[in-house]
Amino acid sequence: MRPGPGVAEAGRQLRAGETTSVRLLEGVLERAGSSEAQVHAFLTIDRDRALETAAQADADLADGIDRGPLHGIPIALKDNMCTRGMETTAASQILAGYRPPYDATVVSRLGEAGAVVVGKTNLDEFAMGSSTENSAYGPTYNPWDTTRVAGGSSGGSAAAVAIGSATAALGSDTGGSIRQPAALCGVVGMKPTYGTVSRYGLIAFASSLDQIGPLTRTVEDSALTLEAIWGHDPFDGTSYSGDYPDPKAGLSRGVTGLRVGVVKELSGEGYEPAVESATADMVAKLESAGVEVVEVSLPSFEIALSAYYLIAPAECSANLARFDGIRYGHRGQGATTEALMARSRAEGFGPEVTRRILLGTYALSAGYYDAFYGQAQRVRAAIQEDFGRAYQQVDVLVSPTSPTVAFEAGARTSDPLAMYLSDICTIPSNLAGHPAISLPVGLDGQGLPIGFQVMAPPLGEGVMYRVAAEVERLAGFDVAPGLEEVAS
Amino acid sequence: MSWEPVIGIEVHVELLTDSKMFCGCAVGFGAEPNTNVCPTCLGLPGALPVTNRAAIESIMAIGLALNCEVSERSVFHRKNYFYADLPKNYQISQFDNPVCVDGHLDVDVDGVIHRVGIERAHMEEDTGKSTHVGAGGRIHAAESTLLDFNRSGVPLVEIVSRPEIRSAAEARAYALELRSVIVELGVSDARLEEGSMRFDANVSIRPVGSTELGTKVEVKNMNSFRSLERAVEHEIARQIELVDSDGAVVQETRHWDEEAGVTHSMRTKEGSSDYRYFVEPDLVPMVLDRQWVQRIRETLPELPAQRRERYRGDGLGGSLAGVLSAADPALRDIYEAAVAEGADPKAAANWVTGEVIGWSRRHDVAASELQFDGAALAELVGMVGEGRISSSAAKEVLDGVLSGEGSPGQVAEARDLIQIGDRTSLGALVAEVLAASPRAVEGYRGGDEKVVGFLVGQVMKATQGKADPRLVDELLREQLSA
Amino acid sequence: MPVEIDIAYVARLARLDLSDEELDEYKHQLGMILEHAARVQTLDADPNPENAHPLALFNTFREDVVLPSLDRDEVLENAPETIDGYFVVPPAMEGE
Repeated sequence: MRPGPGVAEAGRQLRAGETTSVRLLEGVLERAGSSEAQVHAFLTIDRDRALETAAQADADLADGIDRGPLHGIPIALKDNMCTRGMETTAASQILAGYRPPYDATVVSRLGEAGAVVVGKTNLDEFAMGSSTENSAYGPTYNPWDTTRVAGGSSGGSAAAVAIGSATAALGSDTGGSIRQPAALCGVVGMKPTYGTVSRYGLIAFASSLDQIGPLTRTVEDSALTLEAIWGHDPFDGTSYSGDYPDPKAGLSRGVTGLRVGVVKELSGEGYEPAVESATADMVAKLESAGVEVVEVSLPSFEIALSAYYLIAPAECSANLARFDGIRYGHRGQGATTEALMARSRAEGFGPEVTRRILLGTYALSAGYYDAFYGQAQRVRAAIQEDFGRAYQQVDVLVSPTSPTVAFEAGARTSDPLAMYLSDICTIPSNLAGHPAISLPVGLDGQGLPIGFQVMAPPLGEGVMYRVAAEVERLAGFDVAPGLEEVAS
Repeated sequence: MSWEPVIGIEVHVELLTDSKMFCGCAVGFGAEPNTNVCPTCLGLPGALPVTNRAAIESIMAIGLALNCEVSERSVFHRKNYFYADLPKNYQISQFDNPVCVDGHLDVDVDGVIHRVGIERAHMEEDTGKSTHVGAGGRIHAAESTLLDFNRSGVPLVEIVSRPEIRSAAEARAYALELRSVIVELGVSDARLEEGSMRFDANVSIRPVGSTELGTKVEVKNMNSFRSLERAVEHEIARQIELVDSDGAVVQETRHWDEEAGVTHSMRTKEGSSDYRYFVEPDLVPMVLDRQWVQRIRETLPELPAQRRERYRGDGLGGSLAGVLSAADPALRDIYEAAVAEGADPKAAANWVTGEVIGWSRRHDVAASELQFDGAALAELVGMVGEGRISSSAAKEVLDGVLSGEGSPGQVAEARDLIQIGDRTSLGALVAEVLAASPRAVEGYRGGDEKVVGFLVGQVMKATQGKADPRLVDELLREQLSA
Repeated sequence: MPVEIDIAYVARLARLDLSDEELDEYKHQLGMILEHAARVQTLDADPNPENAHPLALFNTFREDVVLPSLDRDEVLENAPETIDGYFVVPPAMEGE
């Protein structure tokens, strides 16, 4: 089953009259139909709404109204982005049946861009996880090997794009939740500079780390999708209102003269040999293509994971306090409001979410704040400083996206710490707020995709995409998961 | 053992901005429940706050009016606690980096001015409103609670005094003065009955002369200035009685019961005050540069204390200056215009704060609607001063002017209230009367003072009551002594 | 050394009504995670976390302008219990 055309290619076909938005959508829905039983990428597919939007997109184009690169393109949205009137659950029981009365800003922008929303994809509950096994509605499996995880937390979006049951998808990345599943599913996943994509309408996990970003099959598609959703939003107080770079500007420029830093700390114990050699191979190829390769050390990376597992839970413990069964969501029984809240939450949240709320509450509580949360913020500042120093020597930093390829379903579910280690390469960029992208550079001996990460300074999407485009060219990754079609 | 009270007051003021603190919902009183809400003030998943600039300018103005330092850099914090009327189950507030710090307010208690320190003023958002239904609508016997989030997210300024207030009377005076400053700034209507101004008192006692602070008790639910004073008075007495009978004051929150005139202990849950403050990650820091502060400072109106000072400078006594300063701005304008036209300030002030206010109340006319201006007041004062009308006649004249009959001169003429005040013609009349009353004159010369009254009466009769009685008296004595 | 935690206190602070077995398990897991997280205390440097935002943003404000509120029916649609436009909950006081 081939995944169908990507964003750029579909756009070309649409304007050349070789296809229609409705036909693109039908292809997408067909592939969803053939794969969902095995993969479970989606929580909601709104066929009727999508067909309506696609028909309108076709009519608009016929009338000469061209809304840009995403016009008529089928897009899937991670189910932690509010879609007005369409169930939005964050893959939690606590929001079963919840219909937001408003659209997230990115959703409005996609609408203005003429995109066709196919449906909402599966995720780890409240975006907490690295495998999409924490979904209250069942896991998403890896299309390359359905006994394995798709990665997380944007596993559904990554799997859908890999299969082609969406031409592109949006995910959210707090500690690697776009990049890591992208790596495990063999697609391109990118986290923008913090503040460049509005978080208004994104169900918050960790406010200072969350960013929405695109999952696509090509680097060019990624840049096109990013452009449609990023930009200042007055409804987000952390939104950047200055000048934005052109992410496409460097796509065909090649990399001669650029300096690439290989992060020393992101290798060694815990990294699978296939991952390490794929990374080293790509670095060598880049060098042959004209870059100067430098090994750089960012010592604070050693404790980045520790800082993350204090900051993120602390913020999430406050962000998830609003789920109390009073104004919306699941309500448990209670004779007093206190009891009702405590019951609603205990019944509605899964174990990983509960764990992180407890962790975060503890880290912020009186007597522990300085040693844990306060100290974690200082580590964060140290990471920003290390990055700053590194970027005086190099233009981009590279590393594997994940220390391993997709692991078996259930392999890490009883060991939270082991699960957390999946994010060791991706977390530093979240803590610093820097942009980073993962793209597939090959398959390992088991036929599982390996992801390569390119990190850039804040607002460095230009150079990031420039290097990523070259990596894509050098990798020549042209395979799709060989998922056997199963009648739905 | 002799005890002295130590009191601090926390005041919450709802700002009069058009929109809420962190979202564009309207700020208003009395709308249908849950009609002024949006994802942000309702705490819906995915919502985000964005700070209202006008609210920040208001708190800066408040801080400057209270002689505070405006912080160069200030951030918001999340104050985390669960409560049904708090939609996010955290309140966006400020912890250790408030907008304003280290101010003071001078408070007058029976003519003695005491400076009360102000520790801080910070910005936060208000909560929704809960109505308890069930037995009598009282929280202790409620069956269920109804929630309205219209008020959720309204900008709230919290002003915390230092524990430097020394009596219940001073507490009340502090609250009143603070309110007058707030109202003068125009940033809030500070109506206690509407809840746009609320206060809590922290009361403790210590041995006289000690500098350490005793255990403090927080007193809540005082809904008027009078109940503030009563509650603080009661709490001081309660604490003194407690320690005098070998008990100890427990740190707790107590609820003022206006009917019973006592404070009740509110059961506080253990652990409920661990607010786990951390910097609000959805908002970026505020940099309040000195030029911005200066611009705000320049827009400050004259504050009550400054105005009282100015009136004292006009020659008004402290008490009259205070009363006039607190009067309706329309009345103050009339006073000031009259003084500008040369009217005697004391007289003008007395008219304005006495007869004019009285008339406006009796006739239910707002001060700003009165048919009266500084020129008219100046004329009236002048006429009395010159003796052209008596002071009792002046009241009638005022009534005529306020009723739209014309200027004071016109009204006095029309109502035939002009009295004879020129020395020459009156002097002649007095001489005539004296000539016609030889026995009275003799009586005076013989030491009988009462005779003067009789003679004044005769002159008044001769002038049909139109003579200036003071002048008559003066002229009589002059001529009698001659 | 795993960190010792008063898990019952934390669960109450977070309004999570968990069983004793659950509390026990979380206590154990949290202890291990916090042991790992405590590594933040090994930080050698002494940076000043002035502004976490990578673009050092400050002073983002909105002007004091009224924007449309939500339609009340849509607001109440997701509510478990309402009466006459109000959200309904049991009394706030803890029964003892």
